[in-house]
Amino acid sequence: METETLLLNMGPVHPSTHGVLRFKLRMDGEIIRDCQIVMGYLHRGTEKLGEMNTYIQFIPYTDRLDYISAMPNNYAYVKAVEELAGIEVPQRAEYIRVLVMELNRIVNHLVLMGSLLLDLGASTMIMWGFRERETALQLYEMLCGARMTFNYIKPGGVREDLPEGFIPKLNEFIKDMEKRIVDYDELVNGNEIFLMRTKNIGVISAEEAINCGMTGPSMRGSGVDYDIRKLEPYSIYPDLDFKACMRRECDTYARYMVRLDEIRESLHILKQIIDTIPAGKTVSSQRYGMAPNTGEPSAVRSYFPRIFTPPPGEVYSRIEAPKGELGFYIASDGTTKPYRVKIRSHAFCNLVALPKMVVGLKIPDLVAAFGTFDIVLGDLDR
Amino acid sequence: MMTANAYELIISILKALNIFEPINNIFQKLGMEYVLKIIIVLVVIAILLVFVLLTVMFLTWLERKVFAVVQSRYGPMVTGPRGLLQPIADGIKLLGKEDIIPATADRWIFTLAPFIVFVSVFLVFIPLPFGKSLIISDLKVGLLYIIAISAVAPISILLAGWASNNKYSLLGAIRAVAQDISYTIPLALAAIAVVVFVGSLSMVDIVNYQGGYWFEIIPKWFIFLQPLGFILFLIAGIAEMGRIPFDFQESEQELVAGFFTEYSGMKFALFFLAEYAHLFAVSGIIVTVFLGGWNGPVLPFLPIQLTSLIYFLIKTYAVIFFTMWLRATVPRMRIDQLLNLGWKIMIPMALLNLLVAAFVMTAGVI
Repeated sequence: METETLLLNMGPVHPSTHGVLRFKLRMDGEIIRDCQIVMGYLHRGTEKLGEMNTYIQFIPYTDRLDYISAMPNNYAYVKAVEELAGIEVPQRAEYIRVLVMELNRIVNHLVLMGSLLLDLGASTMIMWGFRERETALQLYEMLCGARMTFNYIKPGGVREDLPEGFIPKLNEFIKDMEKRIVDYDELVNGNEIFLMRTKNIGVISAEEAINCGMTGPSMRGSGVDYDIRKLEPYSIYPDLDFKACMRRECDTYARYMVRLDEIRESLHILKQIIDTIPAGKTVSSQRYGMAPNTGEPSAVRSYFPRIFTPPPGEVYSRIEAPKGELGFYIASDGTTKPYRVKIRSHAFCNLVALPKMVVGLKIPDLVAAFGTFDIVLGDLDR
Repeated sequence: MMTANAYELIISILKALNIFEPINNIFQKLGMEYVLKIIIVLVVIAILLVFVLLTVMFLTWLERKVFAVVQSRYGPMVTGPRGLLQPIADGIKLLGKEDIIPATADRWIFTLAPFIVFVSVFLVFIPLPFGKSLIISDLKVGLLYIIAISAVAPISILLAGWASNNKYSLLGAIRAVAQDISYTIPLALAAIAVVVFVGSLSMVDIVNYQGGYWFEIIPKWFIFLQPLGFILFLIAGIAEMGRIPFDFQESEQELVAGFFTEYSGMKFALFFLAEYAHLFAVSGIIVTVFLGGWNGPVLPFLPIQLTSLIYFLIKTYAVIFFTMWLRATVPRMRIDQLLNLGWKIMIPMALLNLLVAAFVMTAGVI
């Protein structure tokens, strides 16, 4: 019998493309024969904006890249600037940075777990995830007044010290999460339908994952032990006791479970930071590119210039963001604005692997496999 | 006084109130007795329609509330006490919506489909006993009739999906039909096992059969006699309703809204109402066939019609709550997994169940 393939346009307005992403699918009934990803619907020219603003002015723009986890974006950019200009950061500031970033990792993974289960048709997990996320967002609100776009980390340190009552509330959050995570585990491993929907779906081998340039939890689900916190330790990560979570099943289930394990590891890191955080300043007292400081800056909030000029040169700096490797390339020509900013986005690089995974599967499997990529369109299209 | 159905019940109530005779005399003088009959039948149908519509409205509210409790939120709270008037607000909103028919759609079929599904779901209620004598018509082929009428709804879904001229709608419609074919069979087979015991297809006979007690405590419900049959019937029933984990005709995360993607306004509302009416109908059938129908301990001072209605509603809402709870907890299966479950597991199990039932019956154990 002669049959025709069906061209199905999934997106840019579709409930489960997580924003304005578009798939061009060639379908044989329900089976996907070809998948093309069309992106760019949310292109805002963030990289160009980087060239038009001063080094400090660009930090709020990085919040809007991956708005689910904005702290690591802040940090990745600030780290690149600091490396470029050679700015030293006080130890307490580094501890606070890692604290907020690990907290953001938990928030990010909660949102991912919720949205993945919602994509599979189970609507409860997203409410549970957002319930816990709310506490974390309140913590951020205490810290910097913002809930999603923080603009908190700045060259030389962080904007504010930890406020009063932050650590007790964080302790409560950790205790609460440790209880909740048991529920999440049961919701997943105790649910036959979830296992049916995710096991052996969207399989990508370790070799293919490397060839596609995947990073982060999506890649560690394929059994590649690749965590920049371990490979190229930055900040205070060398002093912390944690392990890079990895699974060898290579499927959607493995990628989900890596996230669940990472929440546990992040909680472990948070506890260590609470125990060992040193006292001191939260901003560097270096007066960069200005006359040497004569007096000791006042108390904790020390001065750091708003405009500074790093020496000409270029730097590429990368961190392990919750979704994968996030890199910033900055070229400086010795003025107050960068000559070029290039963002290596995790979503963009990871998504290359999706068409390889889904050919031969069905639409529900595409939704499930795509859900574990954990993309945010703000980051994908930049 | 024994009455067989709602029509006779109304006449007997009128007689008890001593107003039937004068009214009847008036119509007899005019030589139009049949007009009175038609009026009473219309009243019965109107009561059923209003009752089912109110139940459906209540169910949409209940579903939101059950969801909210599972997900630790409040649900609707603003419209009326505890948000009870939310369904009315929804209805008004949907009435005010523009009725859009896509330019490329098949206008006639597109308009017709929601009415077919709505009517077919309402027809299911005809042989369903809501309580003692609270039945429109005790058909001798009641169970067969229900299964047959349920098979009309997928046709209208296919019509809706095809007429919309939308790829998502078409995929949703194809899924709905595949699903319905593979689930009506285990549904019917599980029901036949019950019929083997009762020896009748009439819903009233099925309820009456479950009236007594074993050892004075265990009610003679078919759930205890046919546990496997009950589970099969429940799963097939949920698949028949098209609810999570089997809501493939919609599956909004994959197919936007499935077969009613292109529908808006009142046409959408008809699909929506039909969905909840179907939920109520299938739950009622499950209760009637497996959970003893309207049977329950006799209460003094209250007419049996009223107590039986209360028992029926309590049991039905228990089943409805279970399906809502299920919907709030589990993910959706995949269409091929569902078909595998239907053809490879449930049909053989249902046949086995039927075989055992036949053996038990012929051996004369019960």
